[in-house]
Amino acid sequence: MAEYNNTGSDTRKVLMKGNEAVGEAAIKAGCLCYFAYPITPQTETPEYLSRRMEEENLIFLQAESEIAAINMVFGASAAGVRVMTSSSSPGISLKQEGISYIAGAELPCVIINVVRGGPGLGNIEASQADYFQSTRGGGHGDYRCIVLAPNSVQECYDMTINAFDLADYYRIPVIIQNDGIIGQLVEPFEMHPYKPMFEKLPPKKWALTGCAGREPNVVRTLYLKPPDGLEQLNRKLDERYKRIQAELRWVELFNCDKAELIIIAYGATSRIAKSAIKKHNNNGKKIGMFRPKTLWPWPDVELVEIARKNKGVKFLVIEMSTGQMLEDVLLSLMDVVPKKGILFYGMGGGWNPTPDMIYEKIAEVLAE
Amino acid sequence: MAKKVQINLEKCKGCDLCIDVCPKAAIRKSGVSNKKGYDYVEVDIERCNGCGACYIICPDCCFIIIETAGSAR
Amino acid sequence: MNIVKTQPKSITTESTKYCPGCGHGIVLRLIGEVVDELGIREKMILAAPVGCSVILYDYIFCDVVECAHGRAPAVGTAIKRVHPDKFVLIYQGDGDLAAIGTAEIIHAANRGENMSVIFVNNAVYGMTGGQMAPTTLIGQKTTTSPFGRTIKGMGKPIRVCELLATLEETKYLERTSIHSVRNINKTKAAIRKVFQNQLNGIGFSLVEILSMCPVGWKVSPKEAVQFIEEPLINYFPLGVYKDTE
Repeated sequence: MAEYNNTGSDTRKVLMKGNEAVGEAAIKAGCLCYFAYPITPQTETPEYLSRRMEEENLIFLQAESEIAAINMVFGASAAGVRVMTSSSSPGISLKQEGISYIAGAELPCVIINVVRGGPGLGNIEASQADYFQSTRGGGHGDYRCIVLAPNSVQECYDMTINAFDLADYYRIPVIIQNDGIIGQLVEPFEMHPYKPMFEKLPPKKWALTGCAGREPNVVRTLYLKPPDGLEQLNRKLDERYKRIQAELRWVELFNCDKAELIIIAYGATSRIAKSAIKKHNNNGKKIGMFRPKTLWPWPDVELVEIARKNKGVKFLVIEMSTGQMLEDVLLSLMDVVPKKGILFYGMGGGWNPTPDMIYEKIAEVLAE
Repeated sequence: MAKKVQINLEKCKGCDLCIDVCPKAAIRKSGVSNKKGYDYVEVDIERCNGCGACYIICPDCCFIIIETAGSAR
Repeated sequence: MNIVKTQPKSITTESTKYCPGCGHGIVLRLIGEVVDELGIREKMILAAPVGCSVILYDYIFCDVVECAHGRAPAVGTAIKRVHPDKFVLIYQGDGDLAAIGTAEIIHAANRGENMSVIFVNNAVYGMTGGQMAPTTLIGQKTTTSPFGRTIKGMGKPIRVCELLATLEETKYLERTSIHSVRNINKTKAAIRKVFQNQLNGIGFSLVEILSMCPVGWKVSPKEAVQFIEEPLINYFPLGVYKDTE
């Protein structure tokens, strides 16, 4: 059984693929179990972990389907240990019932989604069209998952480590919302030892470990009685989500002060956009970028603050989708920025913009 | 000492499975409803030999087997 | 006067929500008896299904996880991998195991997970009001086969023990029934065997229990017993289908 605070070695500079970095991060964070099914473009993660977890004497199992995998995650989490799964869009769709159960049972876990083009079987290009699915629950019922969005291999590593701590601290599933570009990206990064985010984590008194010396524990999501039993659970979850929204908004600001146009983008799109932004700024323009690092909770407070500080600034939301995060932007700014000040550039179906395309779009917007 | 059964008639759901398995035909419908509204069964203690077949087939643990101080008959 | 035999301690003394004459009640007591006799209540973790027995956590005093429909073998696999020293019991009905969960039971069996499975086969979907199950007999009328199940379009009933026996890592498979005292006693022995196999580290063991569902079959409990006596046993012969010892 892996040590919970596995510190690994000292900080090393390592060259790795995003899909592998999430795997190594899981091991560093004390993940005991990993269950998954192959699907492009995340298959490197189960391949990497099949070897590494064997080396570390941890529990790896290639499940018979993504449905079986998420239910294994449910079981391992109920048994009180750190556990992870990974998949890509169609496989994440399969997992939705399981994720709803995990959230309803207030269980912690980490889920990596390396988003690809959809809907349906789609293609294997990067996409960001699963934003709604991850940030609005995704499965049935009123629930939320914390959603973190890396845009580098460094963040793949750091955020995955954080994900385990956040999951245990808040008793909530945490989704790492990667995309096909970030997952496949090979970059050097600092592989530092595990450093816990919180001084203390709540003990897992609810875990299924055999009831010797205590009352039996039941992990459940069915609440038929009393008549308002399920309502009480929902109120409890709602309060927890409000608390997380107050405590956990992460965002990266680039050059937003006195900007004339602010790009809002996350994941691979933010990296591509930055190249275009820098080129414009080198030519005397003032373009900034607002990059959410938590997609849920969405950093609305921070966005409103930026809008208020820069009266008249325009926003250009860029997504590899037909506009999903766009709705969160519109909702956040509806009392602060007129709708015509919020523009959109993007497309779904595995469309990936180039720096030149974004450069042209920004030029077009500035010219209006 | 004689073995007999006792029945918790409030738990009985009137399924009557015990009636057919009793080798002594000692069980019959009482014709009376319990609090749940089921027509529960009753045991003719004279006939009962405490074999426990009713205990085995009862899905609701209505029976217990006891040993009385009296004789078998 | 002293009490010679009373119900097992591991299960509730309260009334269950099972229908009059329902087989689940008998199976519950048998499990309680074997758990008491083996002394494993405190190390037991039960993976419960969706179906009439979804509320097992109210009836049995051990750690319980309420699984999604069909997924108990996957959930149990993870729990057993995490806690190999604990006793993991999988309890499923015919919808859970033979319809929606067919992949999960086959793969858990194929991997040879050291778990004990109790499969209650009452040839109908009880909880949702009596629809056709994968184990419903040809000609049997249910709410979704109102004219009787036909081979054409619906296929023949699935024989789970026979199916799983083809997987080499299954260690013990037996089909029993609970419609008579003699068969209930044999079922208890089978449950004990299936439990003991896990405790001895033998491997995947399952007992399929032909069970009454009077309300689902729309018959009296007495008629339900007869339905098992024949034709259910005719199609699903009782016996041991795998015993690797």
